[in-house]
Amino acid sequence: MSGANDVFPLVLEAVSFRARDRTIIDRVSLAMDRGVRTVILGPNGAGKSVLMRLMHGLLAPSSGRITWRGRERRPEAQAMVFQRPVVLRTTAHANVAYGLKLAGVPGAERMARAAAALERVGLAHLAGRPAKVFSGGEQQRLALARAWALEPRVLFLDEPTASLDPAAARDVERIIGEIASTGCKIVMTTHNLGQARRLADEVVFLDSGRVTEYTPAGAFFRNPRSVEADAYIKGELL
Amino acid sequence: MGSFGESLTTALNLIGGADPKLAEIVLLSLQVSLLSVLFAALMGLPLGAALAVGRFPGRQVITVVLNGFMGLPSVVVGLLVYLLLSRAGPLGEYGLLFTPGAMVIAQTVLITPLMAALTRQIVEDAWREYREQLRSLGATTPRAALTLLWDARFSLFVAVLAGFGRAASEVGAVMMVGGNIDGVTRVMTTTIALETSKGDLPLALALGLILVALILAVNAAAHVTRQWALRHYG
Repeated sequence: MSGANDVFPLVLEAVSFRARDRTIIDRVSLAMDRGVRTVILGPNGAGKSVLMRLMHGLLAPSSGRITWRGRERRPEAQAMVFQRPVVLRTTAHANVAYGLKLAGVPGAERMARAAAALERVGLAHLAGRPAKVFSGGEQQRLALARAWALEPRVLFLDEPTASLDPAAARDVERIIGEIASTGCKIVMTTHNLGQARRLADEVVFLDSGRVTEYTPAGAFFRNPRSVEADAYIKGELL
Repeated sequence: MGSFGESLTTALNLIGGADPKLAEIVLLSLQVSLLSVLFAALMGLPLGAALAVGRFPGRQVITVVLNGFMGLPSVVVGLLVYLLLSRAGPLGEYGLLFTPGAMVIAQTVLITPLMAALTRQIVEDAWREYREQLRSLGATTPRAALTLLWDARFSLFVAVLAGFGRAASEVGAVMMVGGNIDGVTRVMTTTIALETSKGDLPLALALGLILVALILAVNAAAHVTRQWALRHYG
């Protein structure tokens, strides 16, 4: 599997992102390695979602450089799950197969991998049902299945449980844990500190577009070094 | 009032007896309008999707023009197609003027902007919702356009029916390029106009009733489709 993991490290060098004269991401430099689960924390408007979209390649930096193992080419073996799941007006199975088709997976393998992915997220019994009428939790699990079926080396998740009830959020957390256990790198944002404690190996703390802290999760929650992070943790606990 | 009652009775008898002349007119109307809808959909749907998803120079201008052309006066379309197809026009050599073919061309020109504009609106709304997910999955722009057309198929069906409604009920364009020739290019709307001016109200009334029933049926079909799709596909 050495070849399979060789997209890391993901390195950001002085990456900035500006939109209409507003600096949303301000000279962020980071190096992320495989294996560890990274959670990006920070107040609303800190730029968490934008930072993740830059890493995923949905946005291009205004300045700075993003490289994967030294190369600027965005690797294909990555996926993203959004806060509001987007599902196509077709069956659950076809939704997963669609992602595989775009990834160039041949027909027969596509069918099998889609079925297996639905099985893993507990949606096998709904495979033939139209996905648009699923509950929010089911749709998010479907989005996870679609991402997982691609066998990504890195999975980005933008507040994946923010619109879900606690039971559905637990299902999603469990699935994220299982995806991570296959060796897939997890990068996610959340506003739920409990969730961050459960899932994070390391924390990136973002405030006004700048990284004020990038530390192992245990240390971050015990003793945040930056004032901003300290205030954020205390504020969230109030 | 008496003459209205008599006309209505005769009209209903024409419909009930499946009068051959009446049937011929209705059939030609349907053929011309359905063919126009087919051609307009083949052009309008891809064009609308391209405008919604694509980023190319002139896109805004085309969008504004299409929106404006949604309400294109049918007599202007008639005039334009007449000029194109008349003996001295650029397409005159094909001898299409005053044939059903000319009527199909005119109605296609009339409703293609309508279908393209409705498609653009529908697909653009879907694109706003799906954009990041489709890009994340690696969809190219043409692939995304196809995906959105398929995803919005039920709404687009309604757009197509709107095009049919406009085509079937317009009179100006088909009158001018078809010539309203008995047994050749006479459709429901042109016959209604002619027979009314001649004072033969029963035939006009019979056709009017059929036309209104057809438009109502089309709208009912659109409504039922939407309700059904919403229940089954969300």
